[in-house]
Amino acid sequence: MGISSYILYVLTAVLLVISFIKDKKKTKKALKKGYMAFIKILPVLIPLFLFVGIILTLITPDQIRQAIGEDSGVIGVIISLVVGSVSFMPPFVTYPLGAELLENGAGYPQVAALVTTLMAVGFVYIGAETKFFSKRATLLRNSLALIGSIVVAIVIWMVM
Amino acid sequence: MKVLFKSKMLYISLAIIFILLFIDYNLAIDATKSSVNQFYLMIQIVPPIFILIGLMDVWVPRETMIKLMGEKSGFIGISVAFIFGTFAAGPLVGAFPLAMIMLKKGARYANVLFFLMMWASAKIPIIFFQVTTLGLKFTVVSNIILILMFLVGSFIVEKLMGKKEIEHIVEKAKQY
Repeated sequence: MGISSYILYVLTAVLLVISFIKDKKKTKKALKKGYMAFIKILPVLIPLFLFVGIILTLITPDQIRQAIGEDSGVIGVIISLVVGSVSFMPPFVTYPLGAELLENGAGYPQVAALVTTLMAVGFVYIGAETKFFSKRATLLRNSLALIGSIVVAIVIWMVM
Repeated sequence: MKVLFKSKMLYISLAIIFILLFIDYNLAIDATKSSVNQFYLMIQIVPPIFILIGLMDVWVPRETMIKLMGEKSGFIGISVAFIFGTFAAGPLVGAFPLAMIMLKKGARYANVLFFLMMWASAKIPIIFFQVTTLGLKFTVVSNIILILMFLVGSFIVEKLMGKKEIEHIVEKAKQY
């Protein structure tokens, strides 16, 4: 578990205690509502993580290393954008992978494209996201994330 | 559980694992292990997120949410979205139900979208980790660009979505 998970746990625990002191009945209702919300999305989450697991096995950091090595240029950026969009990794895996890629000769723009799309663009989430919001909302959000990643890669290319 | 068996992703995933079994047995085992591992990682952040959802639902009055993140919340709304988004952790799916509760309580769509985009990009609690791995200049430049892009982008997307589509999503959120 990362630092931010701990922060989330501590914050929730504090709020839960305050809520319990203030109103036991309301707190009970809150827990029930949270539980119901979880049960509602569990069927969406199970296939999602099954799929993410497969993607993570098929697209390994090793393969990414080979694809965006030295002097991969614009093609390297495009590969990074695609790989980052279809795959998913938490930042605690993404940042060290980016650092390793840099050491192995990949450029900053390629790494920028990969790191940002890995986190912000979620092709694997499209099914779940559509269920929550709508098709149009999902498409627009992912487009925004992809455009943002492209701009970051371009700016990094210019300044680094 | 009806939804589970309707999920295309479930059958695609199971089919891939089945095909992998014949191509490369070890790879199929690895994929299954990795799936279980992913699920386990997700389950770790589930308790706080769903407790927060419940607490938010019973304690935060609609008027407060409208004041904090509603149509006329302006800079405050953006700041609240930024703080919630950057300090949270875990995969983006965890943020979807939180976003729904915000919409249900009257938050403005652009602010909720900005919250989601921050959740998925700028991570303040681990910014030092990013600096040590990817360097100061890279961290500063990429985060500033992302924050600006996603801030402006959230409002553009809200425009592109149109009032009707947003109302439809809010209706969905109200059943939550």
